[in-house]
Amino acid sequence: MDQLFFWLFAALVIGGGIGTLWFRYVVHSAFALMATFLGVAGMFVLLGADFLAVTQVLIYVGGILVLILFGIMLTPPDRRERSNKRVLGLTISILGIVLFLAFRIASVARWMQKPEPPAIGPTAARIGKEFLRADGYLIPFELASVVLLVALIGSVFIARRRKMTRVGMEEE
Amino acid sequence: MGLGGYLFVSAILFGLGVACTIARRNVIYVLMGIELILNAANLNLVAFARFNGGLDGQLFAIFSIILAAAEAAIALRDRAERLRPLRLRPSRRPRPAERVESHFSTPACPPPPS
Repeated sequence: MDQLFFWLFAALVIGGGIGTLWFRYVVHSAFALMATFLGVAGMFVLLGADFLAVTQVLIYVGGILVLILFGIMLTPPDRRERSNKRVLGLTISILGIVLFLAFRIASVARWMQKPEPPAIGPTAARIGKEFLRADGYLIPFELASVVLLVALIGSVFIARRRKMTRVGMEEE
Repeated sequence: MGLGGYLFVSAILFGLGVACTIARRNVIYVLMGIELILNAANLNLVAFARFNGGLDGQLFAIFSIILAAAEAAIALRDRAERLRPLRLRPSRRPRPAERVESHFSTPACPPPPS
């Protein structure tokens, strides 16, 4: 059963990735990206990371993908995208390099034969305690909130500055 | 399922993300390729955390998701403000002769004084 779900999610992830790369229309690529995100969330469930799976669905599918769709809708379509033939050649060569390196590393690594440890319980409470423990991840946690605040203020600043220069140019 | 299966899927996803970042010109495609790469890295982190028996990999993956969200917000805010397809580099520069000709033939330019 686990095996079946693993291959199902693997097909979702890889098919979504190929679709993202291949489709000529950006909106189709964005929806293929959603398949990839959902497949990765399913793999997180299989790996016992329940909190991370929910976070993945909430932030990637509910946040980043909606942002990407807004970005697509606010801009006119791009008709001069590079031809699929060049994309195919690059994709095959890059995949060949990556898989060659992966198999070379896997053939010498000893951690590949590690057996699967027994299942761990729900992780949300342990992750929360780890975030707020002083000798755990407290400082990175606070730094992440500072980064989010900077991103929030920075995006508002970028938007305001552009609008002001545009109004000024219209006046002259 | 062993560790190798997850690493295999993650390697393929990483390769597709790198190809999407390099091969496409539209900035939205480049951003989606970066998201694919980050997802491959997250999958690797969580798989290693599962087979190592700790929680550190999952915490790293959460921080990487946070940074990906901030990056996408800034990049798409910048793009949405321009209201035109934004490319990484122009596909063809006009040659100097062409530029002079178009300068005199554009109706927006005032005609040269006779």
